[in-house]
Amino acid sequence: MSSSDVFSRGRRIIDKDGWWVLLLVRAIFYVLIFILFAILGKMIYEGIGVLTPEFIFGASDASLGSGGIGTALFGTFSVTLLMILMAVPLGVSAAIYLNEYAKETLLTKIIRISINNLAGVPSIVIGLFGMGFFVHFIGHGLDEILHTGQYFGQPVMFWASSTLAVLVLPTIITTSLDALQSVPRAHRLAAYGLGASTWQVIKNVVLPQARPGILTGTIFAVSRAIGETAPVLFLGVALFLPDLPVTNICLGDYCIPMINPMEQFMYLSYHIFVMATQSVNPSKTLNIQYGATVVLLFITISLNIVAIYFRYRFRKTVG
Amino acid sequence: MYTSPLKFSVSKEDSVFSEKRDGKAVLREKTVHFIFLISGALAIIFILLIFAFILKEAIHAFRNIGFLDFIYSIKPSLDSTKQIFYEWYPTSDFARYSLVPLLVGTFLIAIPATIIATVVGIASGIYLSEIAGRRSREFLKPVIELFSAIPTVVLGFFVLIILAGSLNDLFDPVNRLNAFVAAAGLSLIIIPIVASLTEDALRSVPQSLRMASYGLGATKWQTIKKVLLPAAVNGISASILIAFGRAVGETMIVWMASGNAENITLNMFRSVRTMTATIAAEMGQVIPESNHYYALFVVGLILFLISYLLSVTAEIILQKFRKKGGRA
Repeated sequence: MSSSDVFSRGRRIIDKDGWWVLLLVRAIFYVLIFILFAILGKMIYEGIGVLTPEFIFGASDASLGSGGIGTALFGTFSVTLLMILMAVPLGVSAAIYLNEYAKETLLTKIIRISINNLAGVPSIVIGLFGMGFFVHFIGHGLDEILHTGQYFGQPVMFWASSTLAVLVLPTIITTSLDALQSVPRAHRLAAYGLGASTWQVIKNVVLPQARPGILTGTIFAVSRAIGETAPVLFLGVALFLPDLPVTNICLGDYCIPMINPMEQFMYLSYHIFVMATQSVNPSKTLNIQYGATVVLLFITISLNIVAIYFRYRFRKTVG
Repeated sequence: MYTSPLKFSVSKEDSVFSEKRDGKAVLREKTVHFIFLISGALAIIFILLIFAFILKEAIHAFRNIGFLDFIYSIKPSLDSTKQIFYEWYPTSDFARYSLVPLLVGTFLIAIPATIIATVVGIASGIYLSEIAGRRSREFLKPVIELFSAIPTVVLGFFVLIILAGSLNDLFDPVNRLNAFVAAAGLSLIIIPIVASLTEDALRSVPQSLRMASYGLGATKWQTIKKVLLPAAVNGISASILIAFGRAVGETMIVWMASGNAENITLNMFRSVRTMTATIAAEMGQVIPESNHYYALFVVGLILFLISYLLSVTAEIILQKFRKKGGRA
């Protein structure tokens, strides 16, 4: 504490039993920081040499022994994109409704508390839920109603994105709620006083101020989804795919390639897991594993740095 | 929370929002309200559905398999002696569903990991809050939080490739991949939780308490030990509970580093198998709506309940802390 330095400066000499504890505290902290940078440094040191454009954008190899991570990167981005499209509108709407429309009742209180606590549910349990609910319950149900055989009732990208959306929804709702609550009440009342309707207040007063907070939550959620492996394990992630999960949507002669959410996909984090544990000779492919790890680390850490920066800016302006 | 307080009338000419509030505008207001209600409700229903659905599938398992079979199974043998098994072996002809080895494995990893995280995390929290200056704190706290940004599969990879090897040289364990290696790796992701929340708790202790303590002639460490830590004890214990919940529910690190052999043991240097790794390894191959499938939902239900109860307890402790006078 900077303000207590005045006192502690003279006193440090008499602090007979305390000085070694404080030294130990310092030492533990420095070791922790050292370990963090040692891990990152080791990964980068081993992996940086592999990072060529062919590796990053190239297709994988069926033997998992060589080849690039392009397919896995594409899969990761497609799944995450679909997840954002589902989770952000739903999550932000839920937060807006709870904060701006709903009256504070016992029910909304219970909902708030449950959402808060559900953010900590293990991701593997969410994966289990996704498998049971989306694939077997909704997917099979759709197949039976639409007589599509085994079309919806199999693990594919769409269900993986839905599951990840459920995984990050509590996070998005709570961070959005925090952002909305940080908008001063006086601003709302001033707008109402000028004759604005509820929607006008939300659109013109509340959302512009809450936007950085909501954005922070969204970026954290995306970073979490990209880093997660457990929830997608049984939801259509593939060891190896020769082609990108892409379909062509044709309007007359013009064909646009689009992500096909009803296909299997490769996932970068799963790719690392597979190469490290299931390939024929893991030690031979070690440099590829390091390369893929560096790419994954780069994506998640830079997303987090952006989010932390936004949060810092947001706290400065609002707090 | 805010419903429009437009119970008084504002003359339309005065309004800065010049759109006239005619039928169209009212309709738009109602539509927007409706859209938010529906999508908000949908989001909340999905979240609440997690528990309902897992419970529903788990009840199937209790019905088909029986309650006691999740603790032990008895195999009648030819010479009428009973054999009692504490094994998880759902794919065998004589399927065994005992959760005992999985629970032992889970806690044999999660408890040591939490102990490591408690020591290191509290020390880091004290450092950040009481020793580091304002500028270095603003830089170092996000750095610590970056730990939790590292994907767990990367840490699992690190443990598998590097940590397991060096710890083996040190301890020469029974199995190369064991509970201790997994616990060490696991502690890395829960240390930031304890550190960050401990720092928050310490910093919310009013400055006047510090000043009073120093004024009475206490040293820095005496102040931390006798004044700050007792005042922040609720926040710190809540952080340990949250970290423990995370440790129990973590999948990738323990799956890659624990060896995944079912051993009912208290020896940290043997391979164990956790609940999360069991779901991860078996859910992909399981036949839907078989007993094995439902049994995995029982494992999921237990994981859910453990993490949920820990989280609720932590929340209650934190609420008390805020009431007791910690800064809101």
